[in-house]
Amino acid sequence: MAEKFDVIVVGAGPAGTACAYTLAKAGANVLLMERGEYPGSKNVMGGVLYRKTMEDIIPEFYKEAPLERPIVEQRFMMLDKSSALTFSYKGLEWAQEPYNNFTVLRAKFDQWFADKAVKEGALLLNETVALECIVEDGKVVGIRTDRPDGDVYADVVVLADGVNSLLAKSLGFHKEFRPDEVALAVMEVLKLDRKIIEDRFSLEGDQGCTFEIFGDSTKGILGTAWLYTNKDSLNIGVGAMLSGLIKHKIKPYELLDYVKNHPMLRPYIQGSEQQEYLAHLIPEGGYKSMPKVVGNGVIVVGDAAQLVNAIHREGSNMAMASGVMAAETILQAREAGDFSEKMLDTYRVKLLDSFVGQDLKKYKDATHHFEKFPQYFEQYIPMMNRAASQMFTVDGTSKWEKQKKIWRDIGTPKEKWRMARDLMNAWRVMK
Amino acid sequence: MNLDEYSGIWVFLEVKDGQIAPVSLELLGAGRQMADKRGVPLAGLLIGEGVAPLAESVFPYGADEVYLYDEEIFRDYRTESYMRAVLECVEKHKPEIILYGATSTGKDLASAVATDLQTGLTADTTMLDVNAETGLLEASRPAFGGNIMATILCKKHRPQMATVRPKVMKALPPDPNRTGHIIREKIDLREEDIRTKVLEIVRETKEKVRLDEADVIVAGGKGLGSKEGFELIHRFAERIGATVGASRDAVEAGWIDHQHQVGQTGVTVTPKVYFAIGISGAIQHIVGMQNAGLIIAINKDPEAPIFQSSHYGIVGDAFEIVPMLMEAFQKMPDKEVQYGGKI
Amino acid sequence: MLHIVACIKQVPDTKIIKMNPKTNTMDRSSAPAILNPYDAHAVEEAVRLKQRYGGVVSVVTMGPPPAVKAIRKCVEIGADEGYLITDRAFAGADTLATSYALTKAIEKISEIKPVDLVICGKMTIDGDTGQVGPGIARRLDIPPLTNVNKVVEVNRKEGYVIVHRKLEDGYEVIRSTLPCLFSVEKEINEVPYSPLPNMLRAARYQPVIWAVNDLGEIDRTLLGLKGSPTIVAKVWPPEKPKGGERLEGTVQEQVSRLMEILQEKKGLFRVKEEQV
Repeated sequence: MAEKFDVIVVGAGPAGTACAYTLAKAGANVLLMERGEYPGSKNVMGGVLYRKTMEDIIPEFYKEAPLERPIVEQRFMMLDKSSALTFSYKGLEWAQEPYNNFTVLRAKFDQWFADKAVKEGALLLNETVALECIVEDGKVVGIRTDRPDGDVYADVVVLADGVNSLLAKSLGFHKEFRPDEVALAVMEVLKLDRKIIEDRFSLEGDQGCTFEIFGDSTKGILGTAWLYTNKDSLNIGVGAMLSGLIKHKIKPYELLDYVKNHPMLRPYIQGSEQQEYLAHLIPEGGYKSMPKVVGNGVIVVGDAAQLVNAIHREGSNMAMASGVMAAETILQAREAGDFSEKMLDTYRVKLLDSFVGQDLKKYKDATHHFEKFPQYFEQYIPMMNRAASQMFTVDGTSKWEKQKKIWRDIGTPKEKWRMARDLMNAWRVMK
Repeated sequence: MNLDEYSGIWVFLEVKDGQIAPVSLELLGAGRQMADKRGVPLAGLLIGEGVAPLAESVFPYGADEVYLYDEEIFRDYRTESYMRAVLECVEKHKPEIILYGATSTGKDLASAVATDLQTGLTADTTMLDVNAETGLLEASRPAFGGNIMATILCKKHRPQMATVRPKVMKALPPDPNRTGHIIREKIDLREEDIRTKVLEIVRETKEKVRLDEADVIVAGGKGLGSKEGFELIHRFAERIGATVGASRDAVEAGWIDHQHQVGQTGVTVTPKVYFAIGISGAIQHIVGMQNAGLIIAINKDPEAPIFQSSHYGIVGDAFEIVPMLMEAFQKMPDKEVQYGGKI
Repeated sequence: MLHIVACIKQVPDTKIIKMNPKTNTMDRSSAPAILNPYDAHAVEEAVRLKQRYGGVVSVVTMGPPPAVKAIRKCVEIGADEGYLITDRAFAGADTLATSYALTKAIEKISEIKPVDLVICGKMTIDGDTGQVGPGIARRLDIPPLTNVNKVVEVNRKEGYVIVHRKLEDGYEVIRSTLPCLFSVEKEINEVPYSPLPNMLRAARYQPVIWAVNDLGEIDRTLLGLKGSPTIVAKVWPPEKPKGGERLEGTVQEQVSRLMEILQEKKGLFRVKEEQV
């Protein structure tokens, strides 16, 4: 006799675990299913964890969770071949409770988070792959796993199975994602003594710092590179639109090698030892690529629902928030004894009303715009670099003359108009 | 326990195919050195049926004495019967050290004896020494799958015991002038007292892989990519009359049977020539073949650890290199040729 | 109805564990803890015997609290009950002290339900000794059968078993009275992908946990470091070889050079003539 649970959550990443935790805490009988050896073993993230969303789930989690460093400085670099225009904000208000965000190592963090869900009563099952949803009379009633006697049933199934959700696809909630809807990211964890990290990045104690790097780091393809500080290692990675990688015939690890050897970045990783290599797909389609997220007896959360704000590198918080919203909706559905699509649609409404939906809507045209118009990365970033160089090089030219040079560097009147138009459009898609 | 009561170094003499097993002779070699250091006799412990004639044969290899049990009840090795003989002999003659070959029999027997005697036993030793004054046996062995070496001491118990890996110690060149004396012991043991019975012994009739005796081994690893890729190893080995070996990865991938596995949890080999093809060189593998005479590694990855442990290395594609090697062997002048096969 | 007890151990995965070059110690955090692979086969064999003859499979392990995970893995394979004996008094145990502790645990389990058969893996991948199984057998005064690669028959009624023991060049068919102890080779069986009901049962399973005080009459001087006649006096990394010569050049040149080197050993090779 196959078992029946109240809820089956497929995938023990941030979205799935947040959902399972919330449900279990409210007394529901939850099965949290993970295909990896343990939660986090198959997950990849930059990775920055946002305090607010996590705290909404577990107050003062930072007192016990395995976190790397609280971030006190966020740097943004516009990279050219041998120069960078950087601006950054460093604030000590982020160095103390309640903090702003943290770097985390997913293998450690996810296990801790899943363990919290288990402590609330969720049943965690590892090394088990969900092959398909069991559908009866147009309703999802359970999951078929890859194990013998592998069927298990539930009132609701939550699909938290990541960017390449085969389950959501098999239900017809979306088609195969196009190359312009996903990015491919690769990264390395580099071991480096913590004293060196603190010295090199001007950090005191366990403070941390993040770099987001645009422009030459992706050789003009829409994407970004990053460098984050962990306790005694660095995460360095680069992600670029799959469509761009295909078009320019570049392999992601080639980009990573380029980034690691870039003169502006090389000094930061000097003397480090490669510990781990990871790769993953990241949803980039945003609002316009959001699939159907509810059905009879089924809800889709996290990356599986394309809930990533690439502009602000926010994904894990959206995942967790969606997981919690799904849980709240399911608890309501349980009270009403109704798990139909109509009932569960409350989730979709909640999602779109929340910061998740709002932010995705705000930037719904952004990714596509920057993908379509390569000049932002290919031309304007180098241009800004040259302008800065021109302005700050003291070479006997008068400052008025310098301004004229910078103005001329933009190009012909036509190009100037184009740039103005581009800036307008950029403002339009970002606002 | 009065440690001073215990004196003398013993070697358990295993009998194989009617002969003293090579490992026992190797242990006599090691034992001789230690006995000389301690100024005590070296004795062999020989148990079996119809084995009395073999007792003489160990004196040229360094033994001063042999304790002999020759009874019908010892015809087949069984833990319970052999153990009784060892325990009685130890009770009577109190050796300070006993060495056994780390064979299936040796390990089985030593483990049982150590428990009854409540004394220390070190397994799979690869290095042996004794401290002349304290008499402490320093038994060293690889541990944690070969990742570290550890020296084990048994300070307050006697006899100190160790099982020793075959083909690591060296037997002395036999000196026909050496003699010793045989002490024939009797034991009161009835068949009814022994709860096990060997019904049948089956020697593998088919062409059994004797990796541990091979002079030339061609070993393949994960780098060959697939079972089909591993065929290259079989072809090369066949071409030059070598025995096929494999790394743990290849065995676990199902490309070849476990009996071909070289390494910490496979077979330890000491061939004159060892080809390591597509093998990365994890420590577990190295400990199984590092004593080969000539080690040649072929691997695509220039950073592969195997190159650290080989005498000669070629960085390159095995699928390119090995066929050329096979051809080169073909053309070798004055080569030894395999005979046999149909015409 | 057979009651089979399998002795297991949680070990670091020594295949991927790394050495800390500065301290010359194992960096245990670099390798995940797994169920000793030989023990997985032991439990699988116990489960098969249970399926064949009817009965119950209990597993027992001596270890720190995280060893509970290894017991759950055994439940995934099909074990019915698991017992963890954990206590600081066990720390530092060598094989003799370990076999004593496990024997005490098995005796206690036997009080609950008499034990017919004890099965262990041939050895652990971290200790590599293979001594604990036979040690337990001696202490329980039951025959040890080591290197078992096939169980032919278990006859509880008439009190005997028939197994194959692997020898260097074949195997022997051996018969023993019951109860007895087997230590098994990996080749004895294949551990299949566990069915989902086992997985769910294992995820929920809480093993019985005993400390030294729960084991009845026990001589504490025979436990842990105190009860270990052997100690590890010294640990060092194996000698790092310096590496040999790289043969350079084109493939042709490399092969030629290699053949030159092998020329002097040519007597070792028996070249098969190519079939025409």
